[in-house]
Amino acid sequence: MAGFDKRVNTYEEALAGLKDNLTIMIGGFGLCGIPEGLIAAVHRMGIKGLTCISNNAGVDGFGLGLWLEKRQIKTMIASYVGENALFEQLLLSGEMQVILTPQGTLAEKIRAGGAGIPAFYTATGVGTPVAEGKETRRFGDRQYVLEEAFHADVALIKAWKADPLGNLIYRKTAMNFNPMMATAAKLTIAEVEEIVPVGALDPEHIHTPGIYVHRLIQGQFEKRIEKRMVQHS
Amino acid sequence: MPLNREQIAKRIALELKDGYYVNLGIGIPTLVANYIPENIEVMLQSENGLLGLGPYPNEHALDADLINAGKETVTAIPGAAFFSSADSFVMIRGGHIDLTVLGAFEVDVHGNIASWMIPGKLVKGMGGAMDLVASARNIVVAMMHTSPKGESKLLQECTLPLTGIHCVHKIVTDLGVLTVENGTFKLLERAPDVSVEEIKAKTAGPLIVEKNIQVIQC
Repeated sequence: MAGFDKRVNTYEEALAGLKDNLTIMIGGFGLCGIPEGLIAAVHRMGIKGLTCISNNAGVDGFGLGLWLEKRQIKTMIASYVGENALFEQLLLSGEMQVILTPQGTLAEKIRAGGAGIPAFYTATGVGTPVAEGKETRRFGDRQYVLEEAFHADVALIKAWKADPLGNLIYRKTAMNFNPMMATAAKLTIAEVEEIVPVGALDPEHIHTPGIYVHRLIQGQFEKRIEKRMVQHS
Repeated sequence: MPLNREQIAKRIALELKDGYYVNLGIGIPTLVANYIPENIEVMLQSENGLLGLGPYPNEHALDADLINAGKETVTAIPGAAFFSSADSFVMIRGGHIDLTVLGAFEVDVHGNIASWMIPGKLVKGMGGAMDLVASARNIVVAMMHTSPKGESKLLQECTLPLTGIHCVHKIVTDLGVLTVENGTFKLLERAPDVSVEEIKAKTAGPLIVEKNIQVIQC
């Protein structure tokens, strides 16, 4: 059964073969559900010229903020990049290009990429700067814009539990973009909180089947909170 | 007196109906959750992947894996569901959300909305707003009637890059409640002690005033 055992023991093994100028998808919404250890390991590797597809760009000094610090990102594709001062600086100086994509279009482009669908029509963005230069077409009484699928060389994703086969379960809203990204890359590397024995996960509860996962590592997570809100009773 | 942010939220809460699935944007729209009438049930959707959004947690329930679309720690109510961003936007783009409330920089008489980008200023991104406005059956815009400089935000034509077209139906501002119909704004309600004349003066786009303008009670 070694043939389907996706486990690796070190971040070096997990990231073996990664090099400059790759397109990398990174799971997470804000800092929630990001593959923290893999992101830090890519930062240590220092590969550059990356095209990143991720809903957000981390914060200063954490998550993808680390890659920004080392100028590792050439192009950032995201839906919202608000919480990062360095990001603004790199953008204004022209060191980095950013392509803003509506969140639902971003999710669907990744889903389509994983599903072998080259493009799809959507009403999102029609009449806005997002649709400029893109093909539009009328269906019924509405105008739609053609959006092309996203593919990546590598997807770095985060899940809660896995078995050695790479079957994954996510936790709460830490799921977000991770399941689609798992399907849309040539090499999907999953960092998880816990690896349990084969058979310990209920097959009915698996979110991402192991077929999409190529390498699996058990990580350590700080789980930093971006906006800590509590209720005082 | 013009309405404050809380009062705008309170007025918008009156738009909620029993059994509605609702998406609330960041800012004033988020406050609407505090004023859901007691005799109805609504289910709040958060586009990062949660249906059944609850209030902020207390200290011991704080969970980094449970946030809303504004990246704030939240709770999930009993009966909530978690799902991926793709599934979340199936709900939104598929037209399954009954009511969307969001903020705006500008709206115009064609129902166009500009809410994400001011040229020359840093562009932070549209997040899920373009998907929400393109697909929602029912959109309420929550905003101040004028900019901090006193310029009207209700225009003949939006001047800023758009978030979506032909999508806004109702606007609740600090001065009143308006609808967008057939290329004009229509005033339905006014804030207490705010005159119809003041609202007219502060609405740049054409405005029809109904005969009996009710005063907002909240």
